[in-house]
Amino acid sequence: MKNQKESYRNVSENPCNMCMPLGGIIAFRGIEGSMTLLHGSQGCATYMRRTISEHYEEPIDVASSSLNEKGTVFGGEENLKKGLDNVRLLYEPKMIGVLTTCLAETIGEDIGRITSRYLEERQLTDGLPIVNVPTPGYGGSHSEGYWRTVFTIISSLAEDRMSHAKINVIVPHISTADLREIKRMLRLMNIDFILLPDYADTLDAPYSKPYKKIPDGGTRLEDIRKMPGAKATLEIGLTVEDSQSAGKYLENEFGVPLFRVPLPVGIESTDRFFNTLKLISGKEIPDEISRERGRLLDGMFDSHKYNFEGRAAIFGEPEQVYAVTRLCLENGIHPLVIATGSRSKKLEQLLHAEFAKIDGSPDNHHEKYELMSDTDFAHILEKSREVKVNLAVGHSEGKILTERADIPLVRYGFPVIDRVGGQRILSAGYQGSLCFLDRLTNTLLENKYRNYRSEMYQKYYQIYK
Amino acid sequence: MESRSNLAIEERKDSIQTKGEQTQPFKCNTDSVAGCVSQRACVYCGARVVLNPITDAIHLVHGPIGCASYTWDIRGSLTSGADLFRFSFSTDLQEMDIIFGGEKKLTRAIDDLVAKYHPPLMFVYSTCIVGVIGDDLEAVCKAASKRHRIQVIPVQSSGFIGSKSAGYKAACDALMRLMEPPPGEELEKDKTINYLGEFNLAGELWIIQNYLKRIGIELNVALTGDSSYDTLKLATKACLNIVQCAGSMIYTANQMKERFHIPYMNISFIGIEDTSESLRRIARTYQDTEMMRRTEELIQTETEAIAPKIAYYRSKLQGKKAAIYVGGGFKAISLIKQFRELGIEVVMVGTQTGREEEYETINDLVKEGTVIMDDTNPSELEKFIIEKEADLLVGGVKERPLAYKMGIAFIDHNHDRKHPLSGYAGAANFAEEVYATVCSPVWAYRERCLSTGAKEERT
Repeated sequence: MKNQKESYRNVSENPCNMCMPLGGIIAFRGIEGSMTLLHGSQGCATYMRRTISEHYEEPIDVASSSLNEKGTVFGGEENLKKGLDNVRLLYEPKMIGVLTTCLAETIGEDIGRITSRYLEERQLTDGLPIVNVPTPGYGGSHSEGYWRTVFTIISSLAEDRMSHAKINVIVPHISTADLREIKRMLRLMNIDFILLPDYADTLDAPYSKPYKKIPDGGTRLEDIRKMPGAKATLEIGLTVEDSQSAGKYLENEFGVPLFRVPLPVGIESTDRFFNTLKLISGKEIPDEISRERGRLLDGMFDSHKYNFEGRAAIFGEPEQVYAVTRLCLENGIHPLVIATGSRSKKLEQLLHAEFAKIDGSPDNHHEKYELMSDTDFAHILEKSREVKVNLAVGHSEGKILTERADIPLVRYGFPVIDRVGGQRILSAGYQGSLCFLDRLTNTLLENKYRNYRSEMYQKYYQIYK
Repeated sequence: MESRSNLAIEERKDSIQTKGEQTQPFKCNTDSVAGCVSQRACVYCGARVVLNPITDAIHLVHGPIGCASYTWDIRGSLTSGADLFRFSFSTDLQEMDIIFGGEKKLTRAIDDLVAKYHPPLMFVYSTCIVGVIGDDLEAVCKAASKRHRIQVIPVQSSGFIGSKSAGYKAACDALMRLMEPPPGEELEKDKTINYLGEFNLAGELWIIQNYLKRIGIELNVALTGDSSYDTLKLATKACLNIVQCAGSMIYTANQMKERFHIPYMNISFIGIEDTSESLRRIARTYQDTEMMRRTEELIQTETEAIAPKIAYYRSKLQGKKAAIYVGGGFKAISLIKQFRELGIEVVMVGTQTGREEEYETINDLVKEGTVIMDDTNPSELEKFIIEKEADLLVGGVKERPLAYKMGIAFIDHNHDRKHPLSGYAGAANFAEEVYATVCSPVWAYRERCLSTGAKEERT
């Protein structure tokens, strides 16, 4: 395996990631009745609302403290407090999430102090939780922002040690369809759970009348408070660093046993998901699930030869990249460029281990592949051309690979902004994996059928002539 | 439902008025109120959207990654040549850069990009934190210009120094530096014209350029749609500037008038009425009867060509009500007129960055009872859409899901759309789009719930 260690990079060319507060907004959206306020200048909130709106096709209301020059020079305390007042007036939230931006972090705003003083001043200390998360734009990607926010929500609110039979399920940033599929699978296993964050309804709200400014759904605050008393935590997130892992926090602070599994995408990861659930709950895996698994296997056999022609570039958030790489590997698609805009040591370690298994096997047919962390599309494009990739898997910004190198893109992850239904793309569980695999195979087939007449003509007829 | 007097935020009251009922001066062009969920972007965004269509320039964002990420390929501007502008470059500042300053990294970034792409021109945008840590953009750019013998122009666009319109001004400053000839040299004027505030979304520039050509006027350069370093360098030879998006370019027009003695004229190619009138006014400045004749001929041919289509859609749309929330005042004004051409009444109109005189024009154009608002937010949009019973909202990406969630039609007038809305061709497209959304069969299901459906089945 070749590990691409980027030398110190002066310029990022066509970014593969977004900034921390964006991930925070999504995590907060998964809490019932919550509203988010960004402490910084107005543009940040607007940009992130626009990006999230485009993917989820939902109104994304995020307030800003709208820092101007005065607030930047003399401190933004007044702006932040006024912002909180107005958010309460307009939205009547059950919880407010306050995220910082580069600007607030750089001028050294102590949001913890400001918001706690605010709660005292307004005599709200018992009624309205405010969760503060430092998310400087230069501190990491949206993926890190997401995990840090999930962590902070739990570490700020979880308090009740009274034990109960539920299990905590912590999920990475996935589509709402995947979120619903995970809930369906948990219910099929007859498991009582607290899922966090649960934006399945808030980021994919059904049409209803009248319109609700804060949509129904989300993890209930009283459930979050009870997470320390759970039987176990299932954290779907192998790539998350221990220091950012809410599951680890619950284990360290309250002794809740932690089970970490990858996203249930592909047969092995989904097997692991169900086996872990079985282990935690002692419950049997129902027949319906076994049939779904059988159907996935059937589909894998049907399409394996086509998939063997696949040479993939995979990019996006670390957890998703790991999941897709595993799916490709178990179906014979060759992952040749594996990239993330985030910095992820865990992802590198996991993939090293994954590829080491193959490298050690006698029928190793793998070419060299590139693993790139903290990278951009200039590098992804360059490598993809070099190793003649014929399939790209990742978010919409990867369309640059199609535009510049004619590599078809299967859209997965966030954001999907140039197609409809980004929020409804199903890829998790046995059923979702089969849908995903079909999308990959059909893209390869489409490309093949589109080109093979002219290719064969060039290759054989022209020579014969 | 709460009435207007119950509007939650006291500070917003002077930025909302109902025509015929105004008691206080209208408040616009001020900072957004904290916590109000404004739809506005920032200074950097304003600068970026104006300059971004310059096709062969490197647009380098000096700042953290997000600013570049969210504005990558932000406009649907088309190009007839280079396409370097569609890339997004950032110095991707990290914590250490914030602590020790980002000037060295910026210098290296410029050097790397020049070596890789050999651009004739580079813009370096400052973002919030660059303004705070105080990197000397000016000095870094100046040194780089000298080193590489190309123009490296700093754009002072720290996000917190104002609203989006401050960014327009920053972009205009950058453009003026670009157009400024070497000392002692001035370009000789010819009979061509410049087209300001036109960004070639979906080829709109080309549509208008073709009209002008047919009436005998040659376009010098558009600012900034499909422009390049070489064409912008010749901008000062035109004898007239026509200004479409006044919000973004009126400042440049004034500067060019002062510095290069080029008069300007506000025009609009949105809607049939404005397009025809604009063509006439442009032609009139040439005082050429043959040109006037060709102009009338073009207006007649083009109007007749789309007339049946417009008439058909008008018959379908007559009496519908529209709400408008767009970036600039100019666009709002044209839209009011254009809706009138389709028999649609505007019941609510607002902008992010409209100026006082534009709001006066808006007030003159709309009927009594129309709500006019500056820098609004989703709560107010929702409230007045319901109160005024709008069938349709015009806006950008952020407003779209709100309209659909409320079960009303929506028109994208944002800058990444994929079809032109300018000129006669654009007017026909607009009518068609309004029809497609307002008269879609999907709205029939809006009021029906599952149980009513079942009841009907039984009968």
